[in-house]
Amino acid sequence: MYNLIGAGLIVIGGGIGLGQIGGKAMEGIARQPEAAGKIQTAMIIIGALLEGLAFGALILGK
Amino acid sequence: MVAKKSIKFIKFLVLFLVSFNGFAGGDKNPQGNTIDTPDEIREYISHHLKDSHDFHFFTDNASGTHYSFPLPVIVWTSEGLKTFMSSAFHHDDAGHVVVEKGGVKLTKIHSKIYELESGASSVSFDEDHHATNAHKVLDFSITKSVFGMLLAGLLMFLGFVALAKSYKKGPIPTGFGRVLEPLVIYVRDDIARPNIGDKKYRKFMGFLLTVFFFIWILNLLGLTPLGFNVTGQIAVTVCLAIFTAIIYLFSASKDFWAHTLWMPGVPVILRPILAVIELVGFVLIKPFSLLVRLFANMTAGHFVVMSLIALMITLKKDFGPIGSTGMSLVLALFISVIEILVAFLQAFIFTMLSSLFIGMAVEEHDHH
Amino acid sequence: MVAEAVLKKIKQKKLSNLYSMETLLNDFSVGLFVMQAVILLIIILLMRKFAWKPILNALDEREGGIANALKSAENAKLEMQNLQADNQRLLKEARAEREEMLKEARDMKNKIIEDAKTEASDTANKLVAQAQASIESEKKAAIADLKSQVANLSLEIAEKVVRTELSNKDKQLQLVETMLGEKSLN
Repeated sequence: MYNLIGAGLIVIGGGIGLGQIGGKAMEGIARQPEAAGKIQTAMIIIGALLEGLAFGALILGK
Repeated sequence: MVAKKSIKFIKFLVLFLVSFNGFAGGDKNPQGNTIDTPDEIREYISHHLKDSHDFHFFTDNASGTHYSFPLPVIVWTSEGLKTFMSSAFHHDDAGHVVVEKGGVKLTKIHSKIYELESGASSVSFDEDHHATNAHKVLDFSITKSVFGMLLAGLLMFLGFVALAKSYKKGPIPTGFGRVLEPLVIYVRDDIARPNIGDKKYRKFMGFLLTVFFFIWILNLLGLTPLGFNVTGQIAVTVCLAIFTAIIYLFSASKDFWAHTLWMPGVPVILRPILAVIELVGFVLIKPFSLLVRLFANMTAGHFVVMSLIALMITLKKDFGPIGSTGMSLVLALFISVIEILVAFLQAFIFTMLSSLFIGMAVEEHDHH
Repeated sequence: MVAEAVLKKIKQKKLSNLYSMETLLNDFSVGLFVMQAVILLIIILLMRKFAWKPILNALDEREGGIANALKSAENAKLEMQNLQADNQRLLKEARAEREEMLKEARDMKNKIIEDAKTEASDTANKLVAQAQASIESEKKAAIADLKSQVANLSLEIAEKVVRTELSNKDKQLQLVETMLGEKSLN
């Protein structure tokens, strides 16, 4: 039961983080469309790091 | 040319697989009934997510025939190396069938092969699911995952050697090489070069390119109905991550070690703490995040796709056969398309992060 | 109802056993790990030798070739421009030379005409002078001749007069006087 609550919290945290990353990246691209490629790559890398963190927590927490 | 060849190869492979029907057919399914309850579905999915010792396509429940072909089992037991075909287990995965080979009694439970101790006729478990009268053997079998890896390696080898050879005829590749060449250039110019640097990237291209295409092909193979789940095996991702870790730790520059173990510009008291944190980060956390990300993404993808396909059965009561089939078809199609993207993305991210870590390790800091 | 069923299942540990660390460790197959390591190593080595090295070398070669081609095209363009500039210069020079030559020719022509003119006028002048000189001398000769003839004539006349009218001395003198007055030609 607590496991599931923990998993939910992790997903909420990860979701907020991904939202922040995506939103800021969009803003950045809107401000500087010519830097879209670089921003996307950086966004994916940070997203991947966040994802790894969230998955790690999910697996370790269970 | 190459495309034709590879199509021929796939045709051959399909024929090869199908021709095993006669060989494998005729074994009676021990359980024998249709999978229709949620528990059975969950069991089926978790079985699929695991590695298996034979290549199973489907089971005809009416006649109880398995359409599959066996793969070789190679195990290291207390009596030495034993090899036999997995058909000896007769599709049993619950420890009912015991295979005797040269004085060793072997049985298979949930895709794990156990060696029974003398006198025992079946594995018994204690409360914590530890076997009391048997132990697991070192299993070097050509399992489905190993078979998938060999297949991916072969596909890769054929495709890229053909591309390499086409350069001897002219500067521009022909046929399927035209598809592969931009991918190689993409890995080189968008993944390796910006992260590792123009001077040092060349040394790591062999590893990065191989890993990129290996993971990508295996991820895509996982989306085919052949039912591979190679990159969803924790052992496989652990191995990939350890390869990356070994490469960046052993190619690290002096600067890297100096900065990691004795960070300049930080109070001396903090330096050992930082050293421990950095070391743990590079030796454990970074490889761990690499392996867990790939494993969890692929497992979750397979789980979701299979669960959505299973909606066909679980929602039949509420929506009727046509409604549930339509729903599961639409949803599974949607998720499958996303999974194609994820298959690429995970290969890309693994390679990207590997090259990022390698870049961190080989970087030469300019001395101020 | 549904929640109760879910709780029951969780209690039976059926939902949560899919992804626990324990299951993961249990699923970890050392044999598969070893096989994967061996296969990956072999694939990396094979691919490096037979695929990546030739492909990357060919790509480098091609890119180098393209860069060289671009550079030489640039060079050719520059050379072309130089050539064109040269041509322009040569053309200009040639035009200037032609101009010069034309000018020279024109000058020469003018000079020749001028020379011819001066020569002609000189010659004419000389001729006129000669003619005048000869006319003068002719005139002088004629006058001298006339004078001598006049003298002769007057002597003849005087002779005749003297012969005829020598009687009258006054009259004779008067006559000489008139005759001499009449004869003062120069």
